[in-house]
Amino acid sequence: MLKYKSQHVALYYIVGALGLFLAQIIFGVVLGTIVVQPNFLAELIPFNIARMIHTNALIVWLLMGFFGCAYYLIPEEAERELHSPQLAIIQFWLFLAGGAAAVLGYLFGIHEGREFLEQPLWIKLAIVVVALMFLYNISMTVLKGRRTAITNVLLLGLWGVALFFLFALYNPANLILDKIFWWWVVHLWVEGVWELVMAAVLAFLMIKMTGIDREIVEKWLYVIISLTLFSGILGTGHHYYWIGTPAYWQWIGSVFSTIEVLPFFAIVLFTFMMVWKGGRTHNNRAALLWSLGCSVFAFFGAGVWGFLHTLSSINYYTHGTQITAAHGHLAFYGAYVMLNIALFTYAVPNLLQREPAHQLLNMWGFWLTSAGVLFMTFALTIAGVVQTHLQRVMGLSFMEVQEQLSLFYWLRLMGGVVTLLGVILILWSLLNPVVQHLRSTQAQRA
Amino acid sequence: MSEILTNTAARNIFYGGTAFFFVTFAALVAHSVTEVNAFSSQHPVSPSVAKGKEIWERHACIDCHTILGEGAYYAPELGNVWLRYGGRENPEGARAALKSWMQSQPSKIEGRRQMPHFAITDTELDTLVDFLKWTSEINTQNWPPKISG
Ligand code: HEC
Ligand code: HEM
Ligand code: HEM
Ligand SMILES: [Fe+2]
Repeated sequence: MLKYKSQHVALYYIVGALGLFLAQIIFGVVLGTIVVQPNFLAELIPFNIARMIHTNALIVWLLMGFFGCAYYLIPEEAERELHSPQLAIIQFWLFLAGGAAAVLGYLFGIHEGREFLEQPLWIKLAIVVVALMFLYNISMTVLKGRRTAITNVLLLGLWGVALFFLFALYNPANLILDKIFWWWVVHLWVEGVWELVMAAVLAFLMIKMTGIDREIVEKWLYVIISLTLFSGILGTGHHYYWIGTPAYWQWIGSVFSTIEVLPFFAIVLFTFMMVWKGGRTHNNRAALLWSLGCSVFAFFGAGVWGFLHTLSSINYYTHGTQITAAHGHLAFYGAYVMLNIALFTYAVPNLLQREPAHQLLNMWGFWLTSAGVLFMTFALTIAGVVQTHLQRVMGLSFMEVQEQLSLFYWLRLMGGVVTLLGVILILWSLLNPVVQHLRSTQAQRA
Repeated sequence: MSEILTNTAARNIFYGGTAFFFVTFAALVAHSVTEVNAFSSQHPVSPSVAKGKEIWERHACIDCHTILGEGAYYAPELGNVWLRYGGRENPEGARAALKSWMQSQPSKIEGRRQMPHFAITDTELDTLVDFLKWTSEINTQNWPPKISG
């Protein structure tokens, strides 16, 4: 089942990512609690500190998951061992230590002050080093091995991730320029290069689980990523409406970001067609559920909830309201959280060389987590509509409006607690076999 | 689909198209940057405004507040707070009011969202206000629709 020994390094990344996932969700619940009970922890962990931990933990664990996905699938695709498994393990510890140092620093007020990019400069530089170690390792593996469309697209996506991150190092004193290039990291990541990673990993999972012909999958892959970048690059314009940039972005942003819905729709078609045509039922049903769920939730979160506020005439009213928060949650969850869990669920039994375990529990985790996130999304969407009307149409003050929204914030917190429960089930179903495996190998040694 | 579009053709379209759209995007951004620079020559980023932005970042105001609609959604929009405090009509008054707001936090009102107290000197506060004033002059295409932010 495990063709290449070096794939094993993926397990480090999977376990690390899942641990950070839990931390992210716990801090989410803390944030949700502060919103309804403002005096809760107000002195100890102010909202802004808890928020940067919540969002940074998310990004770090998603990236760690991507690294793990790459280390798992690249040897199989390239048909050779990783260039250097040792380097991959060193890279893991370095990345984990960097992430932990960042979070610890945040608790003591050591941070920079741009949203999502709060990491101090030296942590940012450490991230660049980690990324280079990673890219060197996987690029060497691919160069010496079989080249497939999947490795090609995955590599392109991951090189893009590192390249665009370099703009995080640029922080001009001019706020307008700062904002323009801040989006080169944030938007060109999630609506650009990360989508390449998503498409490549889903294509890999489809080949493995449906037994469909590689030729067909590869053509879909190129069509999907063409749609992604042809729309998503100019689609950056949907963030250049009101930040001091020229008015022409209202046209460009509205038109191209609307087209961004298409690749997400194509991914839904792709996964369902492959499963339907493939006809083979893979024994890892949970992994299949996550793969299909990923395409559907990404379509709703990014596609539908993105389109909801992407036209400049609508964004004029909704910009920076709870509508944005609703979209941010469903899109990140559907596209990137679910993608990682899909590959983890597929890979863990193979890495442990055993049959898939705890399938039912894992699928309960799927439904519970998804229900929780959906509930949060709905609550925030209604809150956002009310907020937009009261604040942006009627002109009531921000704080007055927030008082009107407290019911929805309570509902969001409930959804958040359900999410937390679901995540615990997912973690248990994936990590329990790992723990058992470690115990039995230790027993063998002793 | 296989007859109409070969895999190699699909790949080449992808590379060609991506290059085209990226170059177009970069050119438009370059044009926007020259427009921003033109604006900034009328409204220079003085050392004090730059310092104010540093203070803004040092305390991560962005993770509670939005500025021009970007950031966190926990506390009021600050891109136009200078105007909301009447800075256009009475700059002295607005400055004094913003500074005393900063110094009088947290409000400690039970059940009301709190803004922490920050260790910011008086001169630093002035730079922070200069930064907020500069930001309020940005041409945002009339966003936000209401002064409430
Ligand atoms: C922990 C969250 C938090 C942080 C961090 C924070 N604020 Fe606030 N801020 C608030 C809240 C909440 C309010 C509204 C309080 C109220 O109305 O009682 C507020 C209100 C304000 C106001 C008044 C706005 C208005 O329209 O009346 C100003 C000005 C302000 N903050 C500036 C700043 C600056 C500058 C920083 C960074 C140095 C900052 N804040 C950091 C939470 C925060
Ligand atoms: C998986 C893909 C996506 C993810 C993870 C994602 C995530 C996010 C996040 C986190 C924000 C908030 C950024 C901030 O803090 O300021 C945001 C903003 C936005 N997104 Fe997305 N997004 C995705 C795809 C899309 C798509 C496809 C569209 C359009 C169809 C879209 C439209 C928007 C718009 C218009 C905003 C600005 C909201 C505002 O004005 O406040 N997004 N997105
Ligand atoms: C899969 C799970 C989750 C993902 C992917 C996620 C993602 C995010 C993202 C991307 C942001 C920034 C939003 C933006 O800038 O628009 C954010 C903020 C936030 N999240 Fe989450 N989150 C998750 C779970 C939770 C949970 C369980 C809660 C708890 C109720 C929560 C509460 C919050 C709060 C309160 C904010 C701050 C919003 C604001 O600025 O007002 N999140 N989260
Ligand atoms: Fe975007």
